[in-house]
Amino acid sequence: MAAISREEVAHLARLSRLAVTDEELDRFAGQLDVILQSVARIGDVAADDIPPTSHSVPLTNVYRDDVVQPCLQQDDVLAGAPDAAEGRFRVPRILDEEE
Amino acid sequence: MSDVTRMTAAQIAGLIASGETSAVEVATAHLDRIAAVDERVHAFLHVDREGALAAAADVDARRSRGEELGPLAGVPVAVKDVIATKGIPTTAASKILEGWKPPYDATLVERLRGAGTVMLGKTNMDEFAMGSSTEYSAYGPTNNPWDLGRIPGGSGGGSAASLAAYEAPLAIGTDTGGSIRQPGAVTGTVGAKPTYGGTSRYGLIAFSSSLDTPGPCARTVEDAALLHAVIGGHDPRDSTSIPQPVPDVVAAARLGATGDLTGVKLGVVKEFAGEGAEPGVIAAFRESVEALVKLGAEVVEVSCPHFEYALPAYYLIAPSEASSNLARFDGVRYGLRSGDDGKRSLEEVMSLTRDEGFGPEVKRRIILGTYALSSGYYDAYYGQAQKVRTLITRDFTSAFEQVDVLISPTTPFVAFPFGSRTADPYQMYLSDLYTIPTNLYGGPAISVPCGLSEGLPVGFQIMAPTMADDRMYRVAAALESAVGTLTPPEL
Repeated sequence: MAAISREEVAHLARLSRLAVTDEELDRFAGQLDVILQSVARIGDVAADDIPPTSHSVPLTNVYRDDVVQPCLQQDDVLAGAPDAAEGRFRVPRILDEEE
Repeated sequence: MSDVTRMTAAQIAGLIASGETSAVEVATAHLDRIAAVDERVHAFLHVDREGALAAAADVDARRSRGEELGPLAGVPVAVKDVIATKGIPTTAASKILEGWKPPYDATLVERLRGAGTVMLGKTNMDEFAMGSSTEYSAYGPTNNPWDLGRIPGGSGGGSAASLAAYEAPLAIGTDTGGSIRQPGAVTGTVGAKPTYGGTSRYGLIAFSSSLDTPGPCARTVEDAALLHAVIGGHDPRDSTSIPQPVPDVVAAARLGATGDLTGVKLGVVKEFAGEGAEPGVIAAFRESVEALVKLGAEVVEVSCPHFEYALPAYYLIAPSEASSNLARFDGVRYGLRSGDDGKRSLEEVMSLTRDEGFGPEVKRRIILGTYALSSGYYDAYYGQAQKVRTLITRDFTSAFEQVDVLISPTTPFVAFPFGSRTADPYQMYLSDLYTIPTNLYGGPAISVPCGLSEGLPVGFQIMAPTMADDRMYRVAAALESAVGTLTPPEL
């Protein structure tokens, strides 16, 4: 049985904001199925009472002194943007403007 | 004077310090070498001739004023294109960042500049460091100088190939699952993954934040240690940076080079000593173990029972973190924007941009990570992988109660021909079978050349406890003193 269906891949691509083509969907569904079948054996490890590790460095709440430091210049940051206007990033419309 | 491009970084620095050559002459020789061979090797995505010559001239001026120079002053270095370099294109080998010039330098780039090294340019890699062959670079693969029809390893294939092609004596890589060590192994060069948190991630384009570790690539162990010492150490701009000094890796490398390993206990990882590797790789590994015994090392077999689950754990954890990290490529703040015709919505433009800008392996991993993190699958996949990560860490901790370092081949197979592992992504993932456990644990590991199989280089991996990076340099330098370095055929 397949671990993941073409429909699920399409849904995940939508969630990931990837406008994948039909051809990509066909290819990825098969490949992701192979990968998931291969990694599924991680479930064989008895680990119910084992705490998870998210990170190898045992540091928490790392703070620095609250001192004002120079930051990047606005023009330098906007220079790399695909579109900028009036000192800001310009984005496509977010809200529907139809009346 | 003999060809400086064949010299070690330590030799080059010595000649510059003594005035026998100038940093500008050294930079020019390497830039000329790049111009002569890189069309065939394609190690570089961007060569900064002007910047390199200016940096070299600055070193020469400082020397002539009698200023004290650091141990690598004037030595050229190539930097993997996943690391931010102010004003110099940084793409992570992706179309989504084509032409992007960062407004700041990564911490390690600041340190490289501060040390007077001369940055030659940016090296090719698998897109966003996802891959083991550079075949996933959006700008075409790098060719292995040992055989131009074969992969140079990945993701840092460009950095490793630049060393093997004598285009640079030093290079910077990043290692998330083996991306420094596996390219080192298949190009016959040295690649070291420092302790996670021992080198700063500030300015590194994030792939898997809990695993990404920048580190040195070189042709000798001492050179790698010299570079490690320059880039390592605490950085307040990286919250996972360890607030302790890096052990003296240069002294350890020089101690190892004396060829005495009396009293050092090596553990052969039982699970990685036979199965799954090519016979020639196993043979070279075993011969090297015998060489280390002759130097006085004691060798025992150590079992790490959960290492066999490291690959599945990694391919759940790393894509999960990647799916989150790569959300920043939204066509707003940097790089590509596609389909913005004034009619499409932000979401449509974002989706079109990401589909056009990302290559297939990046898309696969984003989708895989999104799946592993989604409700209903989280506990079985991502949650379980994090628990297995704990068990792998315990395997390491218990092993290091018995031995000083663990040893294994670096990668199961020598450089493979282009196209032989791209159809089934999981076959590509197997390249990192032996390197991944270290990343999940967070300790340091190094790959050092140990011989040839079928005429191609084999890498020997030494894994050490967290913040004991010096131990692996000592053993690596001892092995190098016994088996020598490898010289690729003339290009």
